Amino acid sequence: MKLVIIDYGAGNIKSIQFAFKRLGIDAILSSNPEIITSADRVIFPGVGEASSAMKMLKKSGLDKLIPTLKQPVLGICLGMQLMCNSSEEGNTKGLGIFNVDVKRFSSVVKVPQMGWNTINELKSKLFANIKEGEFMYLVHSFYAEMCQEAISSTHYQLDYASALQKDNFYGVQFHPEKSSLAGEQVLKNFINIKS
Amino acid sequence: MLTKRIIPCLDIKNGRTVKGVNFVDLRDAGDPVELAKQYAKLGADELVFLDISATLEGRKTMHDMVLKVAEHVNIPFTVGGGISSIKDVDDLLKCGADKISINSSAVKRPELVNELSKKFGSQCVVVAIDAKQIDEEWIVHLAGGTIPTTLNLFNWAKEVEQRGAGEILFTSMNNDGTKAGFANDALAKLSKTVNIPIIASGGAGNVQHFVNTFKDGKADAALAASVFHFGEIAILDLKRELRENNITVRI
Repeated sequence: MKLVIIDYGAGNIKSIQFAFKRLGIDAILSSNPEIITSADRVIFPGVGEASSAMKMLKKSGLDKLIPTLKQPVLGICLGMQLMCNSSEEGNTKGLGIFNVDVKRFSSVVKVPQMGWNTINELKSKLFANIKEGEFMYLVHSFYAEMCQEAISSTHYQLDYASALQKDNFYGVQFHPEKSSLAGEQVLKNFINIKS
Repeated sequence: MLTKRIIPCLDIKNGRTVKGVNFVDLRDAGDPVELAKQYAKLGADELVFLDISATLEGRKTMHDMVLKVAEHVNIPFTVGGGISSIKDVDDLLKCGADKISINSSAVKRPELVNELSKKFGSQCVVVAIDAKQIDEEWIVHLAGGTIPTTLNLFNWAKEVEQRGAGEILFTSMNNDGTKAGFANDALAKLSKTVNIPIIASGGAGNVQHFVNTFKDGKADAALAASVFHFGEIAILDLKRELRENNITVRI
């Protein structure tokens, strides 16, 4: 299993790498298109601000490469948001893999949402052996709206899509690498998805 | 629903936990990694590591510790103590810390909050505030509560929020160490003043204190040290009790 974490200067890559190490997989960090394309699994991480992350993706040409990938790809947190059509954060145009827009939580709730919340209406093999209402760790101020491609929903201010899937592309708003045993199960499931 | 968080805090000096801990089944209670793993297993939602090393060597050792914690622990953790520059934060995040906490360095140079949130995102910038109530007014203090500033707690909290802080860790010096409960009036007012999550700290002595700080203090998370380290309160029992009181927690 060759698993590559896309390294484009955004995010807590170390934690993701360690999470896979705990599962016995040595993840490779790379921004090299050939290495990414030849991987069995690709992780698209991201922490920080959407427009600057997008700039970094463009600088390396990865914005063109990612939507063409054929193996299972998992976007995490901002990575997932960048795979959507657009984000209100910095008025950013996304990669357009998921047909949904990313909005900001309104100030009727505390922003960012920080902590453990449940994932519900689970609809994908990504959630094999995960029970409805399982807790995951989330830290975010922006959310993807509920849509056709939603494979889980979470409630904060409103119901939003906490995970998305289209073909070989998966995205999770929560941090599986920080979500205890349930998060580890999601990562295992991602590894086990038949491509 | 978003749950209320329970956060054990570990004081670290030269890579070792200080203040004793008495977990029976722990091989080495001084090893922060062992302790962190144990807490993660017992149901802690997050961890805070506070570096109280005074020397440069002690700080370097902290990096190794952070790296090991990130390697072995599957819940989020915050690192605080002696952080005063973008480079300090970059180093810690690269070692795998999820959030960093700044205190005096933010008071000395408030622009640091802007710089850090811009570079790393608000989600990883926690501003810790130690305050003491003197003649009805909550005054921000530095150096573990020993040096008073001219800042008012609520004004300062509002300012750091505007500068991009993602969370506030408020320790009441009046309550800290008393085991008589959290400063719930100030916490509730703080929650009204800002729209970012608040971690309550200082004063935890029994389970009811946690119930009160979530209900009356409107806290988003509660932090404590000794009641957890000495096994006076087991996290799982605490969470069951919170749930009995209709407070949403992760069990």
